[in-house]
Amino acid sequence: MQLVLEKRAERSNTIALVSPLIAIGLTIVTMTILFAILGKNPLLALHAYFVAPLTDGYSLQEIAVKATPLVMIAIGLSLCYLANAWNIGAEGQFLIGAVAGSWVAVKTQGTDAGAWVLPAMLVLAAAAGALYALIPAICKVKFGASEILTSLMLVYVADLFLDYLVRGPWRDPHGFNFPTTAEFDPVATVPLLIEGGRLHLGSIIALLVVAVAAILLGRTIKGFEIRVVGAAPRAARFGGFNANQLIILTFAVSGALAGLAGIIEVAGPVGHLQPGISPGYGFTAIIVAFLGRLNPLGILIAGLFLALTFIGGEQAQIAMKIPLDVTKVFQGILLFYVLACDSLILYRFKVVFPNRQVARGTH
Amino acid sequence: MELIEAIILAVLAASTPLLIAATGELVTERSGVLNLGVEGMMIVGAACGFAGAWLTGSILVGAFFGIVAGTLMSLVFALMALGLAVNQVATGLALTILGIGLSGLIGAGFVGERITPAVHLYIPGLTDIPLIGRVLFGEDGFVYFSVALIVGVWWFLYRTRAGLILRACGDNHVSAHALGYPVLRIRTFAVMFGGACAGLAGAYLPLAYTPFFIPGMTAGRGWIALALVVFASWRPGRLVIGAYLFGAVTILQLHAQGWGVGIPSQFMSALPYLATVIVLVLLSRARTGGSTAPAALGTVFVPDR
Repeated sequence: MQLVLEKRAERSNTIALVSPLIAIGLTIVTMTILFAILGKNPLLALHAYFVAPLTDGYSLQEIAVKATPLVMIAIGLSLCYLANAWNIGAEGQFLIGAVAGSWVAVKTQGTDAGAWVLPAMLVLAAAAGALYALIPAICKVKFGASEILTSLMLVYVADLFLDYLVRGPWRDPHGFNFPTTAEFDPVATVPLLIEGGRLHLGSIIALLVVAVAAILLGRTIKGFEIRVVGAAPRAARFGGFNANQLIILTFAVSGALAGLAGIIEVAGPVGHLQPGISPGYGFTAIIVAFLGRLNPLGILIAGLFLALTFIGGEQAQIAMKIPLDVTKVFQGILLFYVLACDSLILYRFKVVFPNRQVARGTH
Repeated sequence: MELIEAIILAVLAASTPLLIAATGELVTERSGVLNLGVEGMMIVGAACGFAGAWLTGSILVGAFFGIVAGTLMSLVFALMALGLAVNQVATGLALTILGIGLSGLIGAGFVGERITPAVHLYIPGLTDIPLIGRVLFGEDGFVYFSVALIVGVWWFLYRTRAGLILRACGDNHVSAHALGYPVLRIRTFAVMFGGACAGLAGAYLPLAYTPFFIPGMTAGRGWIALALVVFASWRPGRLVIGAYLFGAVTILQLHAQGWGVGIPSQFMSALPYLATVIVLVLLSRARTGGSTAPAALGTVFVPDR
């Protein structure tokens, strides 16, 4: 008896709907086993991860704050992945956006610059993120260099550049030699939505991005082109769609969104530029994009769910001394299960009994 | 004179993990599978390798742990990408994300611990020859093994029937299948070989390069190894040149920092990554007359029945 994969005649819409749920379920089962191996009470740990953060207002706001960059980056990445362009350097575009926007904040610090500062920061960050993403895109289109490798290499470069700035020219002179800029002025800060709370304007921007992406993909020719180029490249060529142009476009858009997310994170929850502003948002957003089935609304839900794991992981670390790396393991396992379950949309398992005679070709 | 010798030794040490990991990935890719999870397999290999060596006091056991860890990681990849026909790019990314988390979890208890690093060969007389003595006769076992490995892979790929079949799977899996070769099984072995090499390359870092483990110590070497395979046009000979060139860039930027050239250290540290981008662009550009990549690289194969 043998288990083999067989292509379905048609994609299964039922599985397409339930597969993220199956994946989450399987991940939770796996995590239960992992917690038990670590010698922690699995029920308490799962409670700390998935229930406790939902029970108080502060944590709920914190989930929305963490989901903001994840959703914004993942929306951009989903456009790339739909068009079969592999931008995996969103982390670098996020950091470059943060740097470019911070430049305005640092240069206007202590001056009487007006309300134009924050909008200028946002625009500059998006532009810088887009330009940074265009490097791998152009290398791909003009020279055929793998965008996967070049976009990833640029993450390390961006990280080192940010490190140089906050240790060198931009370091806060009153910061006791810590590698950080001074706190941004109020005009260079993303306003809070609730006085004294955590929720900020960035979350609204993220929701707008989701809405625009939903319209772009569902209702416009460009969105249709993106989906066709990814799903059926041959058909797209016959249709006269320009795949290279779409690689440039999707990379630029996703870079801009990652850059925007970067400056919103720095000018919002963090308040200044420093190394380690991202706990890997650019990479976690890849999981968000896939868990959300590359669909804007799905990405919104997936972003909130992964933000929950970040907050839950922090709480589990405080309450039960569960290492923070468990969160990364969790996210990795989740992506595996999502991909595996997605495979069942196109394929099904079939049990075959290998027949010796058939194998000899005498049937 | 001594400085030159020291630099050559350092270049060899820095190149060895790149060479081992890239050799494994080369075999994987020649069978038609693109495993982007090299970084993840390496970092888990580093954590498990250090754990093994620390627990038993033996570098050999550490290396073995690294190999086993890398192989197990690659089996997860094989199950997904070959067994379930999942997109190989996405699966490889998932493997890297999982590997970074796992290595942090495994290695957490070992941060701050030290081990005695791998011993270097010493042959009285030969090792004492100035300039080339220590380079040729004074390395640790990993360096010699990496050279033997790439020669062995060259011989396997181009001089054996099995190597020919493996390359056939990478160039046209439909034909290979039609000829009756078990494409998925051959690819699984190739993926496992890549995983074993990546695990060993990762283990090299805490066992021989630095005698301790720090989270994230692979620092993108797995990705550079992937770029090296492209650089080498999927040929073992060029892989050796590429690996040593990249090792040299790494070491030269470190020395330049030491000499205080006046360039901020972060810019020098960025050099290997920038070099990778530039090399990828130049090479891809030079290759106008058709790609040298295995024709079926990265494509899903589900056998018809």
